[in-house]
Amino acid sequence: MTENYTALHEEHKKLGASFTDFGGWQMPLKYSSELAEHHAVRKSAGLYDLSHMGEVWVTGPDAAAFLDYALVGKISAMAVGKAKYSLICNEDGGIIDDLITYRRPAGADGTDKFLVVPNAGNAKVVAAALAGRAVSGREGGFDVTVEDASADTSLIAVQGPKAQEILLRLVPAAQHELVTGLKYYAAVDVPLMFGGTSRELLLARTGYTGEDGFEIFVANDAAAALWQALVAIAEDGELTPAGLASRDSLRLEAGMPLYGNELSLDGDPFAAGLGPVVALSKEGDFVGRVALAAKKEAGAGSTAGRKLVGLKGLGRRAGRGHYPVLKDGNTVGEVTSGQPSPTLGYPVAMAYVDVEFTGPGTTLDIDLRGKTEPFEVVALPFYKRQK
Amino acid sequence: MAKVAPELQYSDEHEWVAREAGNLVSIGISAVATDALGDIVYVDLPEVGATVTAGETCGEVESTKSVSDLYAPVTGEVTEINPAVVDDPALINSDPYGAGWLFKVAAESDGPLLSAQEYASKNGGEL
Repeated sequence: MTENYTALHEEHKKLGASFTDFGGWQMPLKYSSELAEHHAVRKSAGLYDLSHMGEVWVTGPDAAAFLDYALVGKISAMAVGKAKYSLICNEDGGIIDDLITYRRPAGADGTDKFLVVPNAGNAKVVAAALAGRAVSGREGGFDVTVEDASADTSLIAVQGPKAQEILLRLVPAAQHELVTGLKYYAAVDVPLMFGGTSRELLLARTGYTGEDGFEIFVANDAAAALWQALVAIAEDGELTPAGLASRDSLRLEAGMPLYGNELSLDGDPFAAGLGPVVALSKEGDFVGRVALAAKKEAGAGSTAGRKLVGLKGLGRRAGRGHYPVLKDGNTVGEVTSGQPSPTLGYPVAMAYVDVEFTGPGTTLDIDLRGKTEPFEVVALPFYKRQK
Repeated sequence: MAKVAPELQYSDEHEWVAREAGNLVSIGISAVATDALGDIVYVDLPEVGATVTAGETCGEVESTKSVSDLYAPVTGEVTEINPAVVDDPALINSDPYGAGWLFKVAAESDGPLLSAQEYASKNGGEL
């Protein structure tokens, strides 16, 4: 696999990062201690390079109708400035990726404009699927342009309870209201001052940590200057550069699925607890509708098959991906993600489990390489921030 | 770069061996290994009185991100374990060659061991 490097790779080296391959990208795993970075995000704020994520622009008179067809959600119902979590499925209802779509202000000619953000490892597949569906989706195709800007766009996140306060240090006072008034799952163009100049950048109040936080889309050529400005703020001690190890433990505590672990082509949205994301009631056809309606009808994730649950460890040992879940010695499920929760102090895991054993309070065992350890089914998320 | 303590010997599986009085050795894991593992949150050690065999697994080290087997670098009876690391496994990260030692063995024989120099050059450590 080709190794990709983000525009911030040299910055990470300067900070002494250890790297890991993720989705074909060399990404910071941690800078010092992943536990310290995890706690920093929960208590103060963490700084992440998420430039491995994809950015695909969908523009044109048919953009809203097209995304209603290509994704499972009702994208056309979004207001300008909002963001929406959705899935792109195949005809069989398998999940190609989970993604966030941002509706941006229409162009001067009234042309609709959306930014679709897929996962790193799926960005090319998603961009290709969107381009293909634009042509083949209906008689005559959709009047849209699909542009994969992933290679030219960096994404920097500031996550944690102090994220807003930190970010405001880069925003001119007259524009503070744009940031303080920004709702969760919304985005706005904001002037940010860094590198001796001011640039208008797309700032989204989104994240993958279970905390308040922001994600900033920035062209590659300005990314290092923005990162350096944030690292300078980090020297005050309230912002900590953080790697993907902490991002994974944070999202797990927040009960958020990771594509490749909880979500896959073989899985379905209902078993993953994402039934509400699938807008079967929306008008018109969409890719996967027939298969998804049939799965829902068959009780996928409610009365049939397996369902994604949270498991709280009653002992000290953590379950890990692919470890079997047992009930009375019989395999009834499989762990998709698991590790000791730094915030809660006990092991947590997500697992697909036969629906009859998914009631909260059910005790199950995880087979830890031959030894069993007891776990209890609990509602997700494991951790919810105080608002 | 991870430190390699020059006065110790090392196994290919990243355990270090320190010679104490007579045939007694203390055993831990190298900073190269702790760096790769990340923050250690649990350690499963052999019991005092158990016999460990060089090259065979005798416990587990669990970090936030992964679980690794612990291999015995020597053969012999376990005479003592470090209760401090069982209580606070983070000691293994903060002081792998000191307070983070794991257990002691009355060694009957050694497995294949490397000098600090050999271990460092093979694993990218720093003497």
